[in-house]
Amino acid sequence: MEAVYEWARVLYQDTGINLTFIYDSYDRNRLIDGFLMTVWLSVICLGLSVAIGVVGAWAQGARSAILRRCVAGYIEFFRNTPPLVQLYFFYFALGSIMPTTTNRFGLPEPLLDNFAWAVISLSFFAGAFNVEIFRSGIEAVPESTKEAAEALGYTRLQTYLEIVLPLAFRVCLPSLNNNLVNLVKTTTLAYAIAVPEMLYQANQIWSDSVNVPEMMTFLLIAYVFLVGVLVWGMHRWERSMRLPGFGS
Amino acid sequence: MTSPDPTWTPDQPIIQCRDVHKSFGQLEVLKGISMDLMKGDVVCVIGPSGSGKSTFIRCINALTPMDSGSIKVEGQEVNDPRLDKLALRRKVGMVFQQYNLFPHKTALENVMMAPIKVLKEDKRQVEERARALIRKVRLEGKEDSYPGELSGGQQQRVAIARSLAMRPDVMLFDEVTAALDPETVKEVLVTIRQLAEEGMTCILVTHEMGFAREVAGHIYFTDRGVIVEHGPPATFFTEAKDPRTKEFLSQIL
Repeated sequence: MEAVYEWARVLYQDTGINLTFIYDSYDRNRLIDGFLMTVWLSVICLGLSVAIGVVGAWAQGARSAILRRCVAGYIEFFRNTPPLVQLYFFYFALGSIMPTTTNRFGLPEPLLDNFAWAVISLSFFAGAFNVEIFRSGIEAVPESTKEAAEALGYTRLQTYLEIVLPLAFRVCLPSLNNNLVNLVKTTTLAYAIAVPEMLYQANQIWSDSVNVPEMMTFLLIAYVFLVGVLVWGMHRWERSMRLPGFGS
Repeated sequence: MTSPDPTWTPDQPIIQCRDVHKSFGQLEVLKGISMDLMKGDVVCVIGPSGSGKSTFIRCINALTPMDSGSIKVEGQEVNDPRLDKLALRRKVGMVFQQYNLFPHKTALENVMMAPIKVLKEDKRQVEERARALIRKVRLEGKEDSYPGELSGGQQQRVAIARSLAMRPDVMLFDEVTAALDPETVKEVLVTIRQLAEEGMTCILVTHEMGFAREVAGHIYFTDRGVIVEHGPPATFFTEAKDPRTKEFLSQIL
């Protein structure tokens, strides 16, 4: 490792390309923390947004008109507003009217910190699209297949969990894939409310070392890598779920 | 909940239909169907398309709710808002025209799922029974195939096994050979005939007149929502009285 650090140092001396995040341990740790924060934020939001999608799609097919209208309103709200505005709305508007707790120094502390708000905001944002994606998958499951389950004594919930969801998942994986890629990229917005994710940390580094082009290049490459891993995983999943003679 | 009727005994009709009516919007599809079936009876319902045959048998297991009238399955009233659907569907198995297997499950899993998930039966016992059923429909070796890898006739036989796994007392067959290639029709009919011979109570909606004549104890001819004529096959096909029956038979035979 030491050789790599030395190479970065020499590179800076020879060419002026300043990769502080390689040779400087403080910057390195900041960036690693930022990277891990981005991964963590992405993973939580991916999980929550998929859960919101499943529940929302289920609620859209519910008998209660009120429930269906609530879901429709939720989707409209999140689809028709910019995610950055949503994030600000959650953090500054909702955050300011939330009750506060007292920390160990006796000072008031918000109940939810900026990371929590980023998770909530981004999950609901991506979740709204996931509801629509799952709904399209659910609608692709033939009525007759559901009837067969019903004739075998399945309840509506059992049919949904055992038959409809597994089939709908397969139909909508490609669009889900797209939306989740978008979500990972959208996590950079958490920068706006000072969540120390990768973009935020990179910004801190370039403010200190004035190496903006280097950090920007690094960010691009890091996101190509991150999204690449996600897409690779999703494609593998898609392949492993593929059924002989179904949907092709 | 209307659960199984404790007063019902096997010497009473296993299915008793009285004046069953059903409309879809303005269109009245069933205009008062009545029919009695004793345990072990095999009846065929024939008639032109749109005569209400499928709707009728779908009313028996409450897939389509009837508007008025009464259907009792082993004494349990189907036309009841508090109907215990699970109790009914344990007794009445149904096989569809389009097989409707679960495409994400193998043949064996298709047969095993409902007893495990719905009846909460022991997995190992169910598997044993499911394998026996797959053998019964002569699909040994296809246990691990997905529906997409099976022919129409094979899928339909899995569908029959899937229904039988619930150990129903009555089987409903809704034009089960209508979507099949002519050469695979026979393998499905052989399976159904075997069931009939074993004493399973069956209602078949079918266009296979030769088969109806062979296996049915009684044939019902429906047209425009009513039973026009019925009788044992020996007399039904040769001594039809109603002109509508005669016309239908002349077109199809």
